[in-house]
Amino acid sequence: MGQANSNHQVIEIENLTRTYRLGKIDVQALRGVTFRVRRGELLSVMGPSGSGKSTLMNLLGCLDQPDAGSYLLDGEEVGQLGDDQLARIRNRSIGFIFQTFNLLARTTALANCELPMLYGGVPPRERKERASKALAEVGLADRADHHPNELSGGQQQRVAIARALVNNPAVILADEPTGNLDSKSGIEVMSILQSLNRDAGITVLIVTHDPFIARHTQRVIRLQDGRVVVDEAVAHPLRAGEAERPSEVSLEEEARA
Amino acid sequence: MNLLESGRVALGALSANKLRAALTMLGIIIGVGAVVTLMSAGNAVEAYITNQFRSIGSNLLFVAPGTFDSQRGGAASAAIGGKGLTNGDAAALLDPVLAPDVLAVGLELTGAAVVDYRGESRILSISGVGPNYDDLRNAKLSAGRFLDEGDQVAESRVAVIGPLVVDELFPENALPIGEQIRLDDIQFRVVGVLESRGGSAFANEDNIIYIPLSTAQTRVFPSRGRRGDFHISLIYVQAITEDRTSAAEDQITAILRQRHEIQSGDDDDFTAISQAEILTSAAGVLSVVTIFLGAIAAISLLVGGIGIMNIMLVSVTERTREIGLRKAVGARRRDILLQFLLESVVLAVAGGLLGVGLGGLGTAAIGRAASDLAPQLSLQAVLLATTFSGLVGLFFGIYPATRAASLNPIDALRYE
Repeated sequence: MGQANSNHQVIEIENLTRTYRLGKIDVQALRGVTFRVRRGELLSVMGPSGSGKSTLMNLLGCLDQPDAGSYLLDGEEVGQLGDDQLARIRNRSIGFIFQTFNLLARTTALANCELPMLYGGVPPRERKERASKALAEVGLADRADHHPNELSGGQQQRVAIARALVNNPAVILADEPTGNLDSKSGIEVMSILQSLNRDAGITVLIVTHDPFIARHTQRVIRLQDGRVVVDEAVAHPLRAGEAERPSEVSLEEEARA
Repeated sequence: MNLLESGRVALGALSANKLRAALTMLGIIIGVGAVVTLMSAGNAVEAYITNQFRSIGSNLLFVAPGTFDSQRGGAASAAIGGKGLTNGDAAALLDPVLAPDVLAVGLELTGAAVVDYRGESRILSISGVGPNYDDLRNAKLSAGRFLDEGDQVAESRVAVIGPLVVDELFPENALPIGEQIRLDDIQFRVVGVLESRGGSAFANEDNIIYIPLSTAQTRVFPSRGRRGDFHISLIYVQAITEDRTSAAEDQITAILRQRHEIQSGDDDDFTAISQAEILTSAAGVLSVVTIFLGAIAAISLLVGGIGIMNIMLVSVTERTREIGLRKAVGARRRDILLQFLLESVVLAVAGGLLGVGLGGLGTAAIGRAASDLAPQLSLQAVLLATTFSGLVGLFFGIYPATRAASLNPIDALRYE
């Protein structure tokens, strides 16, 4: 299906709306969001809390379904599918990276990376091979037998990236991937995401509220009150490690500009 | 994900928390162990009793005066109430035309007498028996001779005694042949000692003094019936074969009803019962007891199941984020359901198998404690207990597993 899609769009969302019911109040989290993501893009979605970032992330990740609007993922309409079909889409087409890593604690790095393939029906031998390869790609080949509690935060997030990679997803969705990391580990993680994007052409969408992280991507989409208010290319994307993190003050000014 | 993979995931989760898994299984282990032990012991007792009845002699029928209700008082009360049984009744049963399936008939008159030996006296059971008693009842002599036809004719005052009587009357003399004892002040000479037969049908037959029926009827317990005929307490009837036993029983009943002039529609004033019937009813009582004990033990299995459900619910809550993650990377509802269901079934079945082991130990311990019984691990109990524990695991796993499977991945991932 992806191949049949000649315009190379990985994500096409059109007028997505999502309303939650909190007690007796309806909260309109998304009020019609439209954008497209080309294959091979590295972009960030920003916005203050309550802007609808998380809701958008859940919809893009097929963890939730929109009330209205359409969502083509890799050319396939996924806006109105059943639970099992959504699970299949998540398994094949989406790689998740979470702020809190979400690795299985009593399981080795390798086994953690095998998890998506377990549900994808990949035979054991191939699972092991692909998981090892993914761990090598994030520079953790020598940590394959380690449990998460034996790894640093940055290493854990790298295991999570390897896990997101193993099923060759159409897009990697990273939700505040550096939010729980010190700045050095954060840059390390960004560096890996950038090189995956640059070298392997993997589409990466990062949700963040950190302008410095956003400057490492090619494009920024800003949400506010459930709408896209800015959708622009980053003039000179930073290469991870190239620039020191500026002071918080200048970042805020930049964000305001 | 297939069953094998799910099983591996479930095993992994259990082995990650071994102590908890072991404690959770404990309920099932004890439950299954109790079921297996009790059922094995019950079966052993059943087999033991069946065996004891067999030793009475095969294809044997018992005819006693009175019905089961009025039978407590034995011959005397029956003699007062109904017509009782007499020598004539017994002889009539040998009619080759009316009772073609009857092979032999044995007569017995029982009572108690003060038995005196060298000034020491005690009350013992006395049985006046016919000369064919030893054949009919598989009574074997350990010394001396049995009562013979001559003793009957002569109304001799001779006695054959059971091994327990030997112990009681002659503690210093293991071979009291020729000794003189007094039964109700009548002098008897001991001519034989029987081998032990153990407890059986109605009483412990090792504890009885046997004298000739004629002597008992004329001298020790004289009691005459309506036709001037002597009363007896019990008739043994041997059917020609085991499968003709119930036919013989019908023939006996017909003959005795006619002799006792019982109108059709009225109840018998005697009771004819075959060994098979006694066996069946005894086995029936025992199997009810066994089932009852098994049911009590099964309750502990149920409690074990509730323990499993409890721990599974805790486990689901603890692993909410794990479930969320699994769903995010593509686990379907049924994958999660299967994972948790298998976890609970594996817990229960493993507990069940360990419980069978425990039951085996318990059975062996009973075998050691009661050497008369030969308890064996009953296959039926093992299968029942393991199947049941599997079902318990399945049943009590359904709710926690459903809860896990129906978690919303978004909420589950965010769960703290």
